Amino acid sequence: MNKFHGTGVYGAVAIGNVSLFKRQDTTVRRTKIENIDAELKRVAAAEEKAIAQLSEIYEKALAEVGETHAQIFEIHMMMIEDDDYNESIQNIIKTQSVNAEYAVAETSDIFSEMFAGMDDAYMQARATDVKDISNRIIACLLDNDETEKSTSEKMVICADDLAPSETVSLDKDKVLAFVTAFGSSNSHTAILARNMNIPAIIGAGEEFLRSISDGDKIIVDGHTGDIFVDPDNETVEKYLKKQSDDNRKKKLLQELKGKENVTLDGTKINIYANIGGVDGVGAVLQNDAGGIGLFRSEFLYLESEDFPTEEAQFTAYKKVLEGMAGKKVIIRTLDIGADKQVDYFNLDKEENPALGYRAIRICLTRPEIFKTQLRALLRASVFGNLGIMFPMITSVKELQDIKAVLEEVKKELKDDGLEYSENIEIGIMIETPAAAIISDKLAPMVDFFSVGTNDLTQYTLACDRQNAKLEPFIDTHHEAILRLIEMSAENAHKAGAWIGICGELAADTSLTETFLRMGIDELSVSAPFVLPLRDAVRKIDLRK
Amino acid sequence: MKTFSYTIKDEIGIHARPAGNLAKLAKSFEGTKVTIEKGGKSVDATKLMMLMGLGVKFGDTVNFTVEGPDEDACSDAILDFMTNNL
Repeated sequence: MNKFHGTGVYGAVAIGNVSLFKRQDTTVRRTKIENIDAELKRVAAAEEKAIAQLSEIYEKALAEVGETHAQIFEIHMMMIEDDDYNESIQNIIKTQSVNAEYAVAETSDIFSEMFAGMDDAYMQARATDVKDISNRIIACLLDNDETEKSTSEKMVICADDLAPSETVSLDKDKVLAFVTAFGSSNSHTAILARNMNIPAIIGAGEEFLRSISDGDKIIVDGHTGDIFVDPDNETVEKYLKKQSDDNRKKKLLQELKGKENVTLDGTKINIYANIGGVDGVGAVLQNDAGGIGLFRSEFLYLESEDFPTEEAQFTAYKKVLEGMAGKKVIIRTLDIGADKQVDYFNLDKEENPALGYRAIRICLTRPEIFKTQLRALLRASVFGNLGIMFPMITSVKELQDIKAVLEEVKKELKDDGLEYSENIEIGIMIETPAAAIISDKLAPMVDFFSVGTNDLTQYTLACDRQNAKLEPFIDTHHEAILRLIEMSAENAHKAGAWIGICGELAADTSLTETFLRMGIDELSVSAPFVLPLRDAVRKIDLRK
Repeated sequence: MKTFSYTIKDEIGIHARPAGNLAKLAKSFEGTKVTIEKGGKSVDATKLMMLMGLGVKFGDTVNFTVEGPDEDACSDAILDFMTNNL
């Protein structure tokens, strides 16, 4: 058994046999020609044929992966029609009196080198696109029609690299998975694989390609990027199990997608998802969550080397709001403290970071940071259905101060002639015992509460959750915590506000019935838990 | 002749897809020449490969020069396109 490793671009397991991807020979020889005009006409005819092929591929891609991802082939067609590209081909033919194939190959090198030499990974990947279109033209010149390899069973396609058009041209019914030795996760090939739902690994290395041959048994784990060639029985068993787990999850997904979160007696609850970055939106939609119950904005600060600008924040919030297309998106303002250190904040080291200078405490004492975030949030609000949530609240005064800053920012935006939505919901985290205990006073000031059970547990039980020794003392189902949640729910409803839970406890299906009985309106969990939770809700009967 | 500047707000910049659409848009105004300039290097906006080759990224400011019979409508269309997509 040989083990290799690459980057998994689509998370699924495939077990099958290797089929080495063979490209038709497009080796180009340089030959002198006599009739320049005839050669130019050959190029034009080959390009016409290439465009016709691409337009077919475009249609296929449109049906299989959707317009956004099919568009690359439209771009390929435009690249073939590009003036500079064609001028270069024509020049080489005219000045050197050489064959069309050679002129296209030369031009391909010139343009792909231009992209490969750029300092941006995305643009470097475009070199592949240039080679892809050029090889297609050369194949048309050589009159090699593309012939698909005929195999009777599904195979794991292994190649040095796959061009986007090659990826889409693969017959999906014959492909179990594909593995490439080179390539980047930025490539269109990787993106297409994700959208075709084919387990795929890229960048498995040259050594991998050298050590395999047609028909070898192979396991591809797109979750981890692991590849096993000629696996032993034990490994096969292990992956068969992983595969059936995947399939079971997939089935659950299919069956529960589009269904309501409703109990047998007709009680409904919203199930939203938690995300920690813009790229989480895909998983939220894939798992059919009703909205985003907690969008942690920290990533903007953690991934940055200086305070993120209003513009950078605005772009991120806008993307998520647009991606969710009108579904609720609750964004939590900055929740950084001594446990999540960011250098440029210059925070002092603390004895008790959990009880320290963090989250809203930073925002209220350093208003320039807070205001930048609020401006970005308000400006983004016109692009969707936004809720803003403030963390670590312990008093009415804090909430009053927050609202004053919010009003100030709104006024500034108005003065600057910038738009914001009038329908933004304002909420707070219930994650300190203080907030739960005075929830009757806080509720009339907000649209919603969201219970952060992780911090609420640590503060209520006086147990540091970073300390492994305390594990036996941390009872997440402790009655004190449940009573605080129930109390907050009652007070929220009395004031006409709604209440959700966004901590880890929300995904604990042994408590789902308890939460439903308390009248909790929303549970927000990480995306993979949405459908299992929906499953649990649909089996509960509150009449019993 | 009309000139204007635009600062890219999209994270990836003028990548393949928007470059394709921008080139298509510039081409639709026949007889009007659209030039896009970044850091002293300028290219014809209808030329897709060169446009991609400029490597315009987030935060970059590009300068447009539009010249021809349709320059007003063309400038508006391009600015509109940039604002909505980039």
